[in-house]
Amino acid sequence: MGGLFAALVVAGATVALAWRPGIAAVDPPSADTFDEALVKRGRDLAAIGNCGTCHTRGGGTDFAGDLPVPTPFGTVYSSNITPDADTGIGRWSETAFRRAMRAGVDREGRHLYPTFPYDHFTHVSDEDDRALYAYLMTRQPVHVQAHENQLPFPLDRRIMIAGWKLLFLRRTPLEPDPTKSAEWNRGAYLVEGLAHCGACHTPRNVLGAERASAQFAGGEADNWSAYAINAQSPAPVPWDADALFAYLRNGWHPDHGVARGPMADVVRNLSDVPDQDVRAIATYMADVFGLPPPDRKRRGEEVLAQVKSNSVPATQAGATGAAIYAATCASCHETNRSLPYGGVNLALSTAFSASDARNAANIVLAGIRPVAGERSPIMPGFAASMSNAQIAALLDYLRARFGHQPAWAGVEKTVADARLTQTVGLQTSLPPDNPPTDRRERGKP
Amino acid sequence: MMTVKVNGRDHQVDAEPDTPLLYVLRDDLALNAAKFGCGLGQCGACTVIIDGKAVLSCVTPLLLLEGKEVTTLEGLGSIETPAPIQRAFMEEQAAQCGYCIAGMMMRAQALLQGNPKPTDDEIRTELESHLCRCGTHMRILRAVHRAAHLMQTADASTSQGRSQ
Repeated sequence: MGGLFAALVVAGATVALAWRPGIAAVDPPSADTFDEALVKRGRDLAAIGNCGTCHTRGGGTDFAGDLPVPTPFGTVYSSNITPDADTGIGRWSETAFRRAMRAGVDREGRHLYPTFPYDHFTHVSDEDDRALYAYLMTRQPVHVQAHENQLPFPLDRRIMIAGWKLLFLRRTPLEPDPTKSAEWNRGAYLVEGLAHCGACHTPRNVLGAERASAQFAGGEADNWSAYAINAQSPAPVPWDADALFAYLRNGWHPDHGVARGPMADVVRNLSDVPDQDVRAIATYMADVFGLPPPDRKRRGEEVLAQVKSNSVPATQAGATGAAIYAATCASCHETNRSLPYGGVNLALSTAFSASDARNAANIVLAGIRPVAGERSPIMPGFAASMSNAQIAALLDYLRARFGHQPAWAGVEKTVADARLTQTVGLQTSLPPDNPPTDRRERGKP
Repeated sequence: MMTVKVNGRDHQVDAEPDTPLLYVLRDDLALNAAKFGCGLGQCGACTVIIDGKAVLSCVTPLLLLEGKEVTTLEGLGSIETPAPIQRAFMEEQAAQCGYCIAGMMMRAQALLQGNPKPTDDEIRTELESHLCRCGTHMRILRAVHRAAHLMQTADASTSQGRSQ
């Protein structure tokens, strides 16, 4: 009896804590009620937040949502954030929008799944939320009703999210660090907030929350591994602020290679936001990576020198893989032709010192699609010409020659899995729907 | 000596295992439809079909081909009995300089084998990786649709060639 009473109290308290009121619907505000400069700023912020990537279905209209996002718990469909009155956020006031960003609650008062990374967006300032709202509310309204999420009971009950928030949503504001530069603090604000870098680069616990104790220690996104971007970074050459800036800006760096997978979208979005924002992100992240210890720094310099003089040591391992590499890959990857048109020397690639072969398998299978109208890297995919066993032999060889780490286990299985999931998932490698060809046009409200 | 199966026949060629398939097709077997464009797998002019899939023959060394079957444009049809894809490209006059066209036809053929009625979007996405500096893109689109139609009608059944 006492137990039942306690359960009722707990349930009652949970409901009380979980309940959020609706916020009155508004008539969709007309586009000319928003300040043009605010809209432009919102466009840059939406690019930094990578909003369009999840809120746009492959081949769909920007921000109309309905992209199936696979999670370990089931599939969550992204919502339509165009100002359509019925299926989008057309009836949301700015207050309702800000509450969604800050507390993960929709206008009607329903808890939103944390696939929408409000654990980061909670740190976005009122001012930036206002700009984002202005930008989104001035897009073309599109009538798209997102599919129902596919989640098992009891995860399909939104009350469960209230419990998750109780455990993992920290709404305490980010305090600026007065001992650091304004640029560093700006970077921290963007990285921890809107840019939500940790959403992919921080490992998650069994309840799907980022593990605070392992921040930036490497996670996963859409069947790609998101490398550690802290002191544990597996990059052969340690990252610094200048390299990070160039990479985030251009999508590639001569000492590191090319952004691909979901990161390709991130850098495409960052390619035309203001310089100082990308610079701030690079400055903060360089500090997160930290200065490399002397041996790691020396090792990086050694690799760069070997690459420059074309003297990366050979390996005795894997004759089959070596033969495939020499006949198929080396003609681009060992010519010293500069990026983005030449292939990066694989001694510089993080893919082969990473903890598993997944990214390497993905890239060999699918290659890199060039971005229309831009100076961008390109690589043919080999899914049709190489068998799983051939790719596995190649990757084992590349790991031994360039990874300087113990062999990966079960590479052929990794390749088989990569082949299966190649055509599903977020399809993030596809170009956006009808992007304006003139870069300057993209900023037009 | 290496053995390669091309257009239904085994060929013995005097080549090293690291030789690109494209070189063997053109230099040893006198099959000149596949073209050398960039040699780096970036332009699509060298595309052939291997086991039903479009493959860039310039970045496909012989050592990858064990047990596989190569089809080139010559294997689809001839001047006397053109395959649907060849007829369609002729009827739509889809070639201008023509250098990229053999590669385009091979990828289109592979597409149609897996997807007999592709949409405009599907054709564009599939052929996007083929570089062409002439101006027949709309005709190429029409030709692929026409080939799809021809493949489904009886009058083309006699000129299917060795399509897989």
